[in-house]
Amino acid sequence: MSAAVRIETGVPLPIASLAISSEELFQEEISSLHKEGGLLNLLFALPEEDHFTLFAVMSLENKRESYLLSTRVKEQFASLTPQVPQAHWFEREIHETWNLLPRNHPWLKPIRFSRPYANREEPAFKGIYPSPLPGVTNFFSIKGEDLHEVAVGPVHAGIIEPGHFRFLCRGEKVLHLEISLGYQHRGIEKALLRSSLEKSRHYMETAAGDTTLGHTTTFCRILEGLSGMTLSFESEILRALALELERLANHTGDLGALAGDVGYLPTQSFCGRIRGDLLNLTASLCGNRFGRGFIIPGGTAFTLEKEDIENLLKKLKTIRKELSHAVMLLWNTPSVLARFEHCGVLTDKACRDLGIVGPAARAAGLSRDCRINFPSGVFRERQISLALGQKGDVFSRAWIRWKEIENSFNFLEALLMDSLHRKFSKAENNSIITLKNNSFVFSLTEGWRGEICHAAVTDDRGGIRAYKVVDPSFHNWFGLALALRGQEISDFPLCNKSFNLSYCGHDL
Amino acid sequence: MIKSLGARLSQGYRTINFPKGEPPVLPKHFRGLPKINSSQKREPGSLALESCPTKALFYGKEDSAESSHLTLDLGRCIFCSDCSKNFPVNTIEFTKVHSLSSNLRTELFISENKGIPNLEPLKQNLLSLYRRSFKIRQVSAGGCNACEADTNVLSTLAWDLGRFGIQFVASPRHADAILVTGPISGNMKEAMLKTYNALPGPRVVIALGACAISGGLFADHPEALGGVEGLLPVDLYIPGCPPHPLTILEALLKLLGIM
Repeated sequence: MSAAVRIETGVPLPIASLAISSEELFQEEISSLHKEGGLLNLLFALPEEDHFTLFAVMSLENKRESYLLSTRVKEQFASLTPQVPQAHWFEREIHETWNLLPRNHPWLKPIRFSRPYANREEPAFKGIYPSPLPGVTNFFSIKGEDLHEVAVGPVHAGIIEPGHFRFLCRGEKVLHLEISLGYQHRGIEKALLRSSLEKSRHYMETAAGDTTLGHTTTFCRILEGLSGMTLSFESEILRALALELERLANHTGDLGALAGDVGYLPTQSFCGRIRGDLLNLTASLCGNRFGRGFIIPGGTAFTLEKEDIENLLKKLKTIRKELSHAVMLLWNTPSVLARFEHCGVLTDKACRDLGIVGPAARAAGLSRDCRINFPSGVFRERQISLALGQKGDVFSRAWIRWKEIENSFNFLEALLMDSLHRKFSKAENNSIITLKNNSFVFSLTEGWRGEICHAAVTDDRGGIRAYKVVDPSFHNWFGLALALRGQEISDFPLCNKSFNLSYCGHDL
Repeated sequence: MIKSLGARLSQGYRTINFPKGEPPVLPKHFRGLPKINSSQKREPGSLALESCPTKALFYGKEDSAESSHLTLDLGRCIFCSDCSKNFPVNTIEFTKVHSLSSNLRTELFISENKGIPNLEPLKQNLLSLYRRSFKIRQVSAGGCNACEADTNVLSTLAWDLGRFGIQFVASPRHADAILVTGPISGNMKEAMLKTYNALPGPRVVIALGACAISGGLFADHPEALGGVEGLLPVDLYIPGCPPHPLTILEALLKLLGIM
């Protein structure tokens, strides 16, 4: 009997209906989905009275299908990582959180240097690290006369979030990079279990500040799925508008920053300003440049009038023109292209093995885009074009962003033109939400960095028993480490920016 | 080269004229300085207070028992405006005023009789050092990267912080001030204190955003320390979640006596 149950984004499944399989079958199914090219969307442990239930969701983007798998384990389980490298980070997380041992995990060490959950006071790394100090771990090392290590962070040279990078180099060449995070850890997932749904929404707005709209949308879809709430098409339009504006602003900022990292100032300057113009468009929807307070369960907290839409269309047109000018300079400047091309390559094979998502995966030719493969809301009715690259180098990751910017402009222009005569209204904020009990639900949103995946398990009374947040950065940090192998260490800032991952979204 | 010159011409000069001219127009739903229209005294069991996700609303100042008027602490407020919906109409209004910053924590307590917080320039001896050249080292410690993003924006050509002699620097050894964001995660405490101690001094400390001032949403989390209060002596509080770039710029300019 198969252990996998088909599951749709935003549609709850009763826990009782799950086929809880043996550990061996669980492993086999995940391995075979991995071999088929599937993505491990999430893997987490739920503590029960005398055991843990492991939940895994895997998706096959070519078949557009997702599967939920579950098994029961006690104090340890055989690590999936040797067969399924994309489980690596998740298993480290499970171990650190619950002191539940993935046997034969090849690289078991702290991931966030977090405190154990209240009912599991025994920390996972007791004995190895009396009290785990952030960034203090057994980094992979090779000894040799002509080798040296470079340690960077947690405080970096600029207005950047904290993280620690350990480069193992031979001369200028990076043999290996290890990334140690956790400095931004503030206990969001744990806090969700003790907070009201209203406060939880605020936590989601700050899970990753630059992805406020992506995370809040995903969170609201979880609540809407569990409460059977349906949204009007107009509300879905407003949400899609906000999500694409977030993508436009961040992709624009990234292209500017990439230009800055190769010392090409015109595009850096123009994009820096245009990013601000795009953030101001989000602010015109809800008063906040990051979209705080816009997305609420049942729709959006603000609405648009006809003149607002006309105004948006006008501004988008101007911005598009100015941005095209600014970005075209990049593709016409040989000194920029010389730095971008062949730098920081992450192959399609590596992307599949590591479970890379978002523009980084699409730059290597993987057609992973939730708006197309696992759509919700407006994206079910209206297609947005898929941007695909081939080489998986910095150039591809930059080019993909530009293609996605163009696709988003096309999508938004058509959507807004069709919306001029629609009647928009805001959702009522004060309704009490009742959640379906004993259910599992997961939700996928294509944020600007890639797939945002949330999952929730409810208890007998419809309270949240477990809530899992997987920011795209959680999948992709290891991709950055791998892309650096064999590169000049001086190319690190450029490679890093071409991924532009979130520290807070990873650390939670 | 010609193309980039052409682009420069077509993009034009885009730096805002503030503070000489008018500040940029804020969006219509902008939530700035709250205005409290209530001399209401404590009502036991008021549910509306509970609606505040960061417990920024209370009756009376926390440090003085004599006043018991409805008070909003800007240092904790995340400007979600949930409270204005839960109190009777017009009790709490979020105005479009962007001036929120102060040197004193107590100035951030807003009540019926208390409007824009007062912000004094640095003392004369510091001003003579920093008025024309002010270098800031930013440290983020457990926040969400939104405060960082809107601080970074000040260095773009739209805001052009450099024209005031203010600059963000990489080394704390080059810095006159430390600007802290985030609720100070336990994991960042040591690195933040080390950075502060590496500043040559006299040091100026800026706490930016609800998290750095009070811990914000994460105030009661065991993983965070509830902001810089008690860890560093703060010279400038800039409230917001995140503060608008205009709020940040104005606070820095006022601190340096430029406006």
